[in-house]
Amino acid sequence: MLLKVENLDVYYGAIHALKGISLEVKEGEIVTLIGANGAGKSTTLNTICGLLRPQSGRITFQGQALNGLPAPAIVKLGISQVPEGRRIFPNLTVKENLELGAYLRRDREGISRSMRDVFRRFPRLEERQKQMAGTLSGGEQQMLAIGRALMSRPKLMLLDEPSMGLAPLLVQEIFNIIKEINQQGTTILLVEQNANMALSVAHRGYVLETGRITLQGKAAELAANAAVKKAYLGG
Amino acid sequence: MAVFFQQIINGLSLGSIYALIALGYTMVYGIIQLINFAHGDIMMAGAYIAFFVVVYLKLNIWWAFIISMIGSALLGVIIERVAYKPLRNATRLAPLITAIGMSLFLENGGLMVLGTDIRSYPGGLITNAQLPLTLFGIRLTATTLQLLILAITIVMMIILQYIVHYTRAGKAMRAVSYDADAARLMGINVDNTISLTFALGSAFAAVAGILLGLYYNNIQPLMGIMPGLKAFVAAVIGGIGLIPGAMVGGFALGIFETMVSGYWSSNLRDPIVFLLLILILLVKPAGLLGKNNTEKV
Ligand SMILES: Nc1ncnc2c1ncn2[C@@H]1O[C@H](COP(=O)(O)OP(=O)(O)OP(=O)(O)O)[C@@H](O)[C@H]1O
Ligand SMILES: [Mg+2]
Repeated sequence: MLLKVENLDVYYGAIHALKGISLEVKEGEIVTLIGANGAGKSTTLNTICGLLRPQSGRITFQGQALNGLPAPAIVKLGISQVPEGRRIFPNLTVKENLELGAYLRRDREGISRSMRDVFRRFPRLEERQKQMAGTLSGGEQQMLAIGRALMSRPKLMLLDEPSMGLAPLLVQEIFNIIKEINQQGTTILLVEQNANMALSVAHRGYVLETGRITLQGKAAELAANAAVKKAYLGG
Repeated sequence: MAVFFQQIINGLSLGSIYALIALGYTMVYGIIQLINFAHGDIMMAGAYIAFFVVVYLKLNIWWAFIISMIGSALLGVIIERVAYKPLRNATRLAPLITAIGMSLFLENGGLMVLGTDIRSYPGGLITNAQLPLTLFGIRLTATTLQLLILAITIVMMIILQYIVHYTRAGKAMRAVSYDADAARLMGINVDNTISLTFALGSAFAAVAGILLGLYYNNIQPLMGIMPGLKAFVAAVIGGIGLIPGAMVGGFALGIFETMVSGYWSSNLRDPIVFLLLILILLVKPAGLLGKNNTEKV
């Protein structure tokens, strides 16, 4: 088991955002976490990354407990996040954003190799590498956020609503890229409101409702489930 | 015309010093949105460290610069860790009030430990000769000290630009100042980056303190108050949080001040500086180089 989350409780002050959720991600999988606005999807990812402290529960990654570790230590272990809303650094150039993705790495050679890989995957970023990241289009910014997360060479990549605000054609492209990244060996935990798309690329999925996991199973099973269809797949 | 050019020369020296102090204000504001009101007092501490280094350790002025920069950087980091860090998640007002308290603490602590004596750096520390200068047929004077102040300031600014734009730590500083959580996701240690910012800003203040001590030929425990306030004005005029803004604001304010003194009266200088601040903020609330999005504080 690559990632194991057990009985996680997370609060924002008095707000009980996650109420004892458990989930697992196996090596090589794409697992999706779907749910409506405010269900607690981003909270889950941010807790795994060490940005939020759980009240109780356990998170283990490759058998090692992550509880209490600061975010940089978790990055170092091999988890990186493509956060909701991209959160690129608009006042830095595209290249500098990518360099920051490799902040904890010291192997200059390896870093330039990763940079070339990112540029091969996203030729648009190479053309615009000297440009301020804030001047990129929404789709390009999403590619930059994904490229930046790849620069740390993660074993597990967490993606928070990568399709948000993108035109349908671009959404398709982003999901193809996610599949490709997974096929090249990176395990993926994908948070989406676009359940249709998410379930079409994922192996397994979890449904999160107001802080609780209410359904889980193979992606195809979830996509066929009447309750899921009604709530998340538009009929 | 002679007055004009002469005051430009004088203004550049004063402006250099304001710019060096303003950089510290602006870097700290950029990274944690705090006006570090103790910044001028750190400058004072820097001036005193250099004084003790040259008087008691009998080292030359360059060692005084280096030791004072290191000492002030440490002081800045300690202040940040002890006084501001515990308030990182408090309301914005709490650290601001703490900063004012820290400033009063350093000023009164300084008066207690150092006494009220006005001291001055020993003569001959630097050669300070008059340089006759002719510009468009107008005879002017500059001193070697004035040139030294300008030169040191320019070198410091180049170093800062290099650190901020080309080093790993500099990129981390820019990332944290834009989005601390996103920076954490890159693996950046935000606390250390904030400390580094205080260290840099304080080291710059130390340089300013020494130059100010040399320029006015005196140092005293309250010497940080007025220049600190003026440099804060300079940082705001340039656009607080923006490094080039602090540079532009510092030089602009220095030249403006000497012009007012030269053409009008030095008594009017301070009121007019603050009037200028108010006018600029009315017209360009984000400062000369700032983009006008809504700023807090
Ligand atoms: N910083 C915060 N302070 C207080 N409450 C918060 C905070 N962030 C999130 N919440 C609350 O926690 C709950 C879960 O939020 P979260 O952002 O995890 O939802 P989400 O599933 O990611 O939603 P969305 O699809 O809109 O991104 C919501 O009720 C939200 O209002
Ligand atoms: Mg969310």
